[in-house]
Amino acid sequence: MITSIILKKLRDAFTDLLPIILVIAFFQIFVLKQPLPQMGEVLFGALLVVTGLTLFVQGLEMGLFPIGETMAHALARKGSLFWLLCFAFALGFSTTVAEPALIAVAQEAADIASQGGFIDSSQEAVRQYAFGLRMSVAFSVGLAILIGVMRIIRGWPIHYLIIGGYVVVMLMTIIAPQEIVGIAYDAGGVTTSTITVPLVAALGVGLASTIHGRSPLLDGFGLIAFASLLPMIFVMGYGLIIFA
Amino acid sequence: MQFLLDFTKILLATCRDVLPIIILITAFQLLVLRQPIPHLRRLVVGGVYVVIGLALFLAGLEKALFPLGRIMAAQLSDPIFIYGTDAVVSQADWKAYGWVYLFAAMIGFATTIAEPSLIAVAYKAHEVSAGTISQWGLRITVAVGVAFGISLGTYRIVSGTPLYLYILVGYLIVIVQTIFTPKSIIPLAYDSGGVTTSTVTVPLVAALGLGLAATVPGRNPALDGFGLIAFASLFPIIAVMGYAQFMHWLVIRKTKIMEKSHAL
Repeated sequence: MITSIILKKLRDAFTDLLPIILVIAFFQIFVLKQPLPQMGEVLFGALLVVTGLTLFVQGLEMGLFPIGETMAHALARKGSLFWLLCFAFALGFSTTVAEPALIAVAQEAADIASQGGFIDSSQEAVRQYAFGLRMSVAFSVGLAILIGVMRIIRGWPIHYLIIGGYVVVMLMTIIAPQEIVGIAYDAGGVTTSTITVPLVAALGVGLASTIHGRSPLLDGFGLIAFASLLPMIFVMGYGLIIFA
Repeated sequence: MQFLLDFTKILLATCRDVLPIIILITAFQLLVLRQPIPHLRRLVVGGVYVVIGLALFLAGLEKALFPLGRIMAAQLSDPIFIYGTDAVVSQADWKAYGWVYLFAAMIGFATTIAEPSLIAVAYKAHEVSAGTISQWGLRITVAVGVAFGISLGTYRIVSGTPLYLYILVGYLIVIVQTIFTPKSIIPLAYDSGGVTTSTVTVPLVAALGLGLAATVPGRNPALDGFGLIAFASLFPIIAVMGYAQFMHWLVIRKTKIMEKSHAL
């Protein structure tokens, strides 16, 4: 029973990876016409990625998603705005801190910044820079979910908020140090993958279905949009603090 | 042995990363909702899976996805592969990097078309639009959008043009589209930008950009290497709204033709 579930998950994870493998194989064989260096190492790593992702998603579906959904529903029904907003912030923050893609990219960005000589090359400085990036992103996602929840409750139209956000991003770009702009723009897409999207979507749809006059299909969406916009602004802010 | 040592380190760091979620759930359940945690055993087992899975994923990332992105970028932009000779090239000619653009586009398309969260979004868009938006149509449109986005992003790295100009133009397009798109699709379209960049795609694409900036002459990875993910999350928004507008227009045209033929 358990093994058949795990086998199915493994197959799903492998299907996710298959297109990448095909594209790379095509290029290695037909375009570059040379073998991939460190083939064994890469294959072993790919195996770890597939197994790890399978276990990770399985664990989320067993424990975290059901309880996240129940809590979002319970809090939406409880009707206390203060606790709902606290929960929204905490949910955004805590799920982003543990986001695998963000951990990886923040580390990579720190290594690159130290090689480029923007930050001190000591291990401590690199660690701190990566940590600072992750914290600014996590804080901004928390804030974004909070704003998104306020929007669902109050029924504000989403496009004014998003367009306003775009304007702020552009204004920040003018004053932000150029070392941070690239990674800041990327931070928006990095935050929202495996953990955040399902939990946040559950919160939005749960909330929209409990509030009178809101449609889960129309008002339940839009949380992710904020969560990919605010990190850009906050990471640029972080850059202003440490580089300027 | 070395691997086991590294893995233990990653495992410990992972426990620290997952800690906030555990504190959050326990605190809210016990202090605010004042209820015992349901299915505690399942939750604990699930938590152990999450920690081990995350640690394995991060270990594999270091060994597979990051090196892969870097190696592909290095091989495809190798001066010997591109210019044929080992002549010293000081300024990159953007026209010579065709294979890089093609590779970026194919990676973008291949990873997006199979993306589970996009499948979910396409299903919901089909519902919201009362059937005018077809699921496959939307998935292909978004995948093409991502492919074009990442490909354009690699062109930007090769040519060294400033990132903010592209993003600014992209934002302007989104704003103009927002005015004309059917209102019901807007929140969904904005969300689609965030969901298309998955956990596997992000590190691979990030490494591709950084590797490219490291090998293309005249580029600095720290300044030029980023931005591919930003492109990959901007273009789906444009693609979804564009597709919704197109389908909307088709429906209107069809009804107009019907009315005309009725009038005759």
